[in-house]
Amino acid sequence: MTHSHRGIRTLDVRALTRVEGEGAMHVNVVDGQVTDVRLEIYEPPRFFEALLRGRNFTEPPDITARICGICPVAYQMSACHAIEQALGVTLPADLRDLRRLLYCGEWIESHALHIYLLHAPDFLGFRSAIELARDHRALVERGLRMKKVGNELIEIVGGRAIHPVNVRVGGFYRSPSQSALAALVEPLRRARQDALDTVAWVGGFEFPDFNGDWELVSLRHPHEYPLNEGRLVSDRGLDIDVANFLDHVAEEHVPHSNALQAHLLERGEYLVGPLARYSLNYDKLPEIARQAAVSAGLGPVCRNPFQSIIVRAVELVFALDEALRIVESYAPPRAPSVSVIGRAGRGHSCTEAPRGTLYHRYDIGADGSVLDAVIIPPTSQNQHAIEHDMREFVSQRLHLDDGELTRQCEQAIRNYDPCISCATHFLDLTIVRA
Amino acid sequence: MGQSGIDAWGARTVTTSRPTLAVWKFSSCDGCQLTLLDCEDEILGLSEAIDIAYFLEAGHDRVDQMYDVSLVEGSITTAHDAERIREVRAASRKLVTIGACATSGGIQALRNSADVQEFTSIVYAHPEFIKTLETSTGIADHVPVDLELRGCPISRTQLLEAISALLAGRTPRLPSYSVCQECKQAGNACVLVASGTPCLGPVTQAGCHSLCPSIGRGCFGCFGPSESANTAALTEQLRRVGTNDRDIERSFSTFNVNAPEFRTAALALYPIQSPRRGSE
Repeated sequence: MTHSHRGIRTLDVRALTRVEGEGAMHVNVVDGQVTDVRLEIYEPPRFFEALLRGRNFTEPPDITARICGICPVAYQMSACHAIEQALGVTLPADLRDLRRLLYCGEWIESHALHIYLLHAPDFLGFRSAIELARDHRALVERGLRMKKVGNELIEIVGGRAIHPVNVRVGGFYRSPSQSALAALVEPLRRARQDALDTVAWVGGFEFPDFNGDWELVSLRHPHEYPLNEGRLVSDRGLDIDVANFLDHVAEEHVPHSNALQAHLLERGEYLVGPLARYSLNYDKLPEIARQAAVSAGLGPVCRNPFQSIIVRAVELVFALDEALRIVESYAPPRAPSVSVIGRAGRGHSCTEAPRGTLYHRYDIGADGSVLDAVIIPPTSQNQHAIEHDMREFVSQRLHLDDGELTRQCEQAIRNYDPCISCATHFLDLTIVRA
Repeated sequence: MGQSGIDAWGARTVTTSRPTLAVWKFSSCDGCQLTLLDCEDEILGLSEAIDIAYFLEAGHDRVDQMYDVSLVEGSITTAHDAERIREVRAASRKLVTIGACATSGGIQALRNSADVQEFTSIVYAHPEFIKTLETSTGIADHVPVDLELRGCPISRTQLLEAISALLAGRTPRLPSYSVCQECKQAGNACVLVASGTPCLGPVTQAGCHSLCPSIGRGCFGCFGPSESANTAALTEQLRRVGTNDRDIERSFSTFNVNAPEFRTAALALYPIQSPRRGSE
């Protein structure tokens, strides 16, 4: 929908499609200059941080999973790690591996969903994956096959694909059997080949020349590509313990969004997610994923949001390869969980959700109940960077007619895989222009 | 059935005799609608048999038409959504609520017994920017509903059964009995009786295939109350296995806190408001 009035051009992309949750974009152009770009998040607020107060320390993994049906494992992992830190609990290596395996399942499911069902249709001129399937059924089936393997992995380790039931503070309720996981070896091998084919396929798409100039932020771990643990680092010198996250990140509440927007103090907008993870951890990718990246023409750093589809495909290769590594060496852990006792404490955690770093902090009281919770999802952190990029993106394309510009803006927003349901704190479209 | 005309993208739509399906989202996590995309083996076949006309998450946004079946996810938490659900109802021949949010208000209905202004000020620096109702309510509190699919999230098999049945004009086969029945069919030892693990299975509607008791965990009621759920008897049983009233109250106050049977059970333990605030 557009309006034009004496040199003022307004572009509204209402009800963004192929994103998770409810959002819109609003652009103002005055005399050929973009004056305002807003990613409007009108998903209604659900008050998770408030309703967690007074719950038992055992409950946040199940409750916060309900923030997002696309990445419930991420919420469960960040909640478990933060609460375990508050209670002074560490998990043995076998349980740590099992959590990593569960997280791989979510990355596989979520990245396959985004690449095939949400993002690829843009590059090929289709309006949806269902339309894409009419002409290229085998391609979409390849995506669905990988997605299904990811879901099966979550079901076997987590008990259910959406909102897993087997995760608890301290580990799991029951360990998966060796035979259940062994049955996944062949499907995982096939899916890894599918992922390699996916990298080659999306590497051949045409990408607009566009580079973001935000600071890239991700977890980094000395020995592995980051999922559950690491220090928070950036390409511009940030290197902190996640316990200091809130000393460096500030959230602000702007009228047009029910998502609080985060920025790095005295540094500005930053980007979390696949581009940041990849660029900051390229050396930690397994050889098979690095080679796939190289053959798709990707360097060790990628700052083009349109190419995030290749990076997701490379991460798919990583997640499938890592899942295979864990499954092939799996022996049921000595115990499915370690015992955890409620006591007073504060704990922090960042883990890498498919769409970026997810921070949780809990204050637990002496009786084991939650006194305070802080949750900062990836989409809140990326909102500034998205708006910043969209301003530049639109400025370069003002010659396009409104229909085409709207279409390209929608595609550009999908580059960031925004998860609007996630940004817990979210509102309704309000235009605040004098 | 079926429509022809010009769609939102300016393209001519093909006249079709296929039934049309729409998926609508209100306040929710997207997980129940994702269940449709999680039908990896069925979704392409399904999209040939039916016309998935409106499904934002999948990229379909044709509006201004009648839909044969509308799947509605999420609860009503804003005045705008209370209006929007009426429009959805008017545009739908059959309206199916999918999941705990749409059926009973979801986890966000915990606000219903709290001070929403206080909730808002806990999360937001500028509570005045936030427009929200005092309550989170299920769809049936606002418009007539033809069918409810329970669960947080819904079951994939129940979703496929419901769509197939509605399109065939028959009644979907959905259980109204409790999780206990499924659990016994699965041959599980009762976690409540055998190990004293608090379990809402006796009062929770079946449909998950007793997922939690099957891994040694008590059911936490995500499918909501079963038909003629005797929550008072369960409360007594939970007390007998040593569960304190605060934990019993919390167990009824999760994803279906606003379902009448669970709400009544929770209020019976703590008739005074805000039992969950702070420690005792």
